[in-house]
Amino acid sequence: MPETLLSVRDLKVHFPSRGALVRAVDGVSFDIAAGETLGLLGESGCGKTTLGRAILRLQRATSGEVLYRGRRIPEDARPFRRHIQMIFQDPYASLDPRMTVESIIAEPIRALGIAHNGGTRLRVEHMMEMVGLSKRFASRYPHEFSGGQRQRIGIARALAAEPDFIVADEPISALDVSIQAQILNLLERLRDQLKLSYLFISHDLRAVGRIADRIAVMYLGEIVELAPAATLYARPLMPYTKALTSALPAIGAAAARKRMVLTGDVPSPLSPPSGCRFRTRCPYAVAECAESKPLLVEIERGHWAACSRISPERPEIEAVH
Amino acid sequence: MSPAMAPDDFRLEERSSPWRDAWRRFDRNRAAVVSGCIVAAIILVSLAGPWLVRQYNGFEYDTLGLDNRLADPTLLHPFGTDTLGRDLLARVLYGCRISLMVGFVSTLISLVIGVSYGSVAGYFGGRLDEIMMRAVDIFYALPDILLVVILMALFDRSLGLLFLALGATSWLTTARIVRGQVLSLKHEQFVDAARCAGVSDGGIILRHLLPNTIGPIIVYATLTIPSIILAEAFLSFLGLGVPPPASSLGVLASEGAEAISVHPVLLIVPAVLMGIMLMALNFLGDGLRDALDPRAGRTQ
Amino acid sequence: MRPLLSVRDLQVTFPSNRGPSRVVQGVSFEVAEGEALGIVGESGSGKSITSLALLGMVPKPGAVDGDILFEGRDMRSLGEKDLRAIRGSKLSMIFQDPMTSLNPFLPVWVQIAEVTREHLGHSRAQARDHAVHMLETVGIPDAGARASQYPHQFSGGMRQRVMIAISLACKPRLLIADEPTTALDVTIQAQILDLLRERRRDSRAALILITHDLGIIAENADRVLVMYAGRIMESAPAAELFRNPQNPYTRALLRCIPEAGRRDGPLFQIAGQPPDVSALPPNQCPFADRCLEAVDRCRREHPPYHRVGEDHWSLCWVR
Repeated sequence: MPETLLSVRDLKVHFPSRGALVRAVDGVSFDIAAGETLGLLGESGCGKTTLGRAILRLQRATSGEVLYRGRRIPEDARPFRRHIQMIFQDPYASLDPRMTVESIIAEPIRALGIAHNGGTRLRVEHMMEMVGLSKRFASRYPHEFSGGQRQRIGIARALAAEPDFIVADEPISALDVSIQAQILNLLERLRDQLKLSYLFISHDLRAVGRIADRIAVMYLGEIVELAPAATLYARPLMPYTKALTSALPAIGAAAARKRMVLTGDVPSPLSPPSGCRFRTRCPYAVAECAESKPLLVEIERGHWAACSRISPERPEIEAVH
Repeated sequence: MSPAMAPDDFRLEERSSPWRDAWRRFDRNRAAVVSGCIVAAIILVSLAGPWLVRQYNGFEYDTLGLDNRLADPTLLHPFGTDTLGRDLLARVLYGCRISLMVGFVSTLISLVIGVSYGSVAGYFGGRLDEIMMRAVDIFYALPDILLVVILMALFDRSLGLLFLALGATSWLTTARIVRGQVLSLKHEQFVDAARCAGVSDGGIILRHLLPNTIGPIIVYATLTIPSIILAEAFLSFLGLGVPPPASSLGVLASEGAEAISVHPVLLIVPAVLMGIMLMALNFLGDGLRDALDPRAGRTQ
Repeated sequence: MRPLLSVRDLQVTFPSNRGPSRVVQGVSFEVAEGEALGIVGESGSGKSITSLALLGMVPKPGAVDGDILFEGRDMRSLGEKDLRAIRGSKLSMIFQDPMTSLNPFLPVWVQIAEVTREHLGHSRAQARDHAVHMLETVGIPDAGARASQYPHQFSGGMRQRVMIAISLACKPRLLIADEPTTALDVTIQAQILDLLRERRRDSRAALILITHDLGIIAENADRVLVMYAGRIMESAPAAELFRNPQNPYTRALLRCIPEAGRRDGPLFQIAGQPPDVSALPPNQCPFADRCLEAVDRCRREHPPYHRVGEDHWSLCWVR
């Protein structure tokens, strides 16, 4: 049984906003084992980026805990920066435009006191090679590179701290399709080579389905379904997940799913619906759904769902008449 | 070599750093380049000039010539002499030096105060920011020239006091500008990335936020210098500027104004020179602002 | 039957440090009435500039060459006044980001009314009624009240519906949609595309759908153009393209897309990156450097178009 590397316990992040409270992350818990990749799937506004930042303590959590190998990560997370790192979403905003590639990648090495000065340059070049960048570009500036190359620089920077856990926040969303494949392959190769664990945050079902071992689906600050990747895709239990998977256009020979189109818009996180947050858009909602918030329950082995109308005895939700 | 492993061999254009790009943009602006040359020339001349005059003509800016007062321009005295027979050329060159010194040193002081204040307020935000900026608002309401006048009148007039007084009353706008920039930059992803890399707050301010704010800072500095020089000239008119025997262009102008009916050249020369200097500094500041646009750096 | 839009040998050139840069080159296609043409490509493929060229809106210093015939009229010979009469009425466009393409200072009905008053000569009252009607047809609930609201009071998906209302207000013959759903969530995306399909069915408007997303193309286009570095690499009916892609770029692009749940072996990828069009030598295939099937000739001569099937063309030496 591989050890649990990262544990998130009832994490909440609430922002005060104009007198009301935005419950961006509202009680999220999961474990990630060493060497595992957990995918975090959700659309915009679901809180997945806030969750990733809160784990890294870039965002103050309102309550709850994050544990690394059993040890609590405090708000000043500096001692843990050598173990947990982040790959950011926007390759154009995540690199300081006034610093050379070498300074960018060397920054964690110097700030965390990893190598002595003589060895730093060599380590930077080693990192660049690992991500597929020629070391002769070490003295160039970020704006001279394309999006995919900048993302590689960001990955090299994250690796320079020698972490064993990386939060990847939408690392390929801003890239062209052909480059996305390159970066996904790179992340997979690095994972195998360096025995890394990932929290892979994305709205792209295909990418998450490919790289993740298990996937957690997030909606309005909560996890509504958690399952192994293949299972989630083949047999989603939650209505929201069914909508997500059916909204994915089918390409070529793959059979098209029966489309389940959701009505209405995502409710504002300032005033989420009572009871089950998804009920306002759910084709299976009944009156009771407004009354109590459903808990995440293990329906089948390793497959969890949070719906009052789904249980281990009746895993397939029935249509409302 | 499988595609996954090949180092990314791509053709890069000629190297470009943010500074090189800025320089290129600056270079294209005729007025700015010419102004820059003028400013450089004035600085050079004000540094070397008095010394050269001493070498060739044998007198200093304060060498009296009581038997040659209010003389017209001659070869020995290209601008003539003043009411005490002192060579106007030497005095003007020396006056330039003093004016520039006041401008640069006071601006430096105001920059140090303003940048530290603004970056701390902007970075830490919250209550600290509110308190600090309310203080700035209050200071803004105070008439700065009047304050300097009072300071200079109350205490012994010295060059040091002048630098401090002028610097201490012009840091407010710098603080606001820096705070604004820091506020907008501190949420950028590259700042988060630095935090992830273990960089301390001070390190983030010094190595990430300020270098990305240098553009507006430099621009504002180049525009502060002429306004300080002008303020000092005004003080000199009131007799509260640089203390004698030092004399800035303002002092010279004030002396020239007294003798305007008999020997107008005493006023015209320092006034024209100051005008040229201020104009050149302003054009230079404009050119720098265009060149150092913070949104520099092409995206592909 | 005369096609609604006929484009022949379109070329758009921008000056650059290295001489003229042909961001669109040799582009020819037709759109029939009521047809949906998909243009798919990555960044730098020239797909957006192509759409701007159709509208006569290529920014200076771009230079346009070639023939653009809309309803038989030569668009390039028209003056600005005539172009403006066509834009918004017969030929309209939906942009990617509804937040920046809607005026934040005007209520939404005014923005719809702007087009109808300009092109249909509506009075203020007529325009308002028509605007409310349009908002209803695009599925905005409580349209009468919401018509007076401002863009920031709508969600992203709703704003895009408003954009669609504006573009359909004068019953255009041809609608150009440039990445209409890229900024939207997957679940909202499906709603918007369904809406477009329905509205087009009612009004018989043709559609040019520009996107990087092959999935959207697969489900919404009748015919497809695949663009790369300013050229059309392949053109075919949609079903045919996905069933039997011929051009190596199209094939490589399709293989790049991960399939959720499938993990056998590494994901296929295309090495290198999309080229800088200004640096491309003109006498070679633009994809040659990254193509796994390239032969010598591909790097020495620019390939021609050749037929690979019924109404199916590929720009290639090998396929």
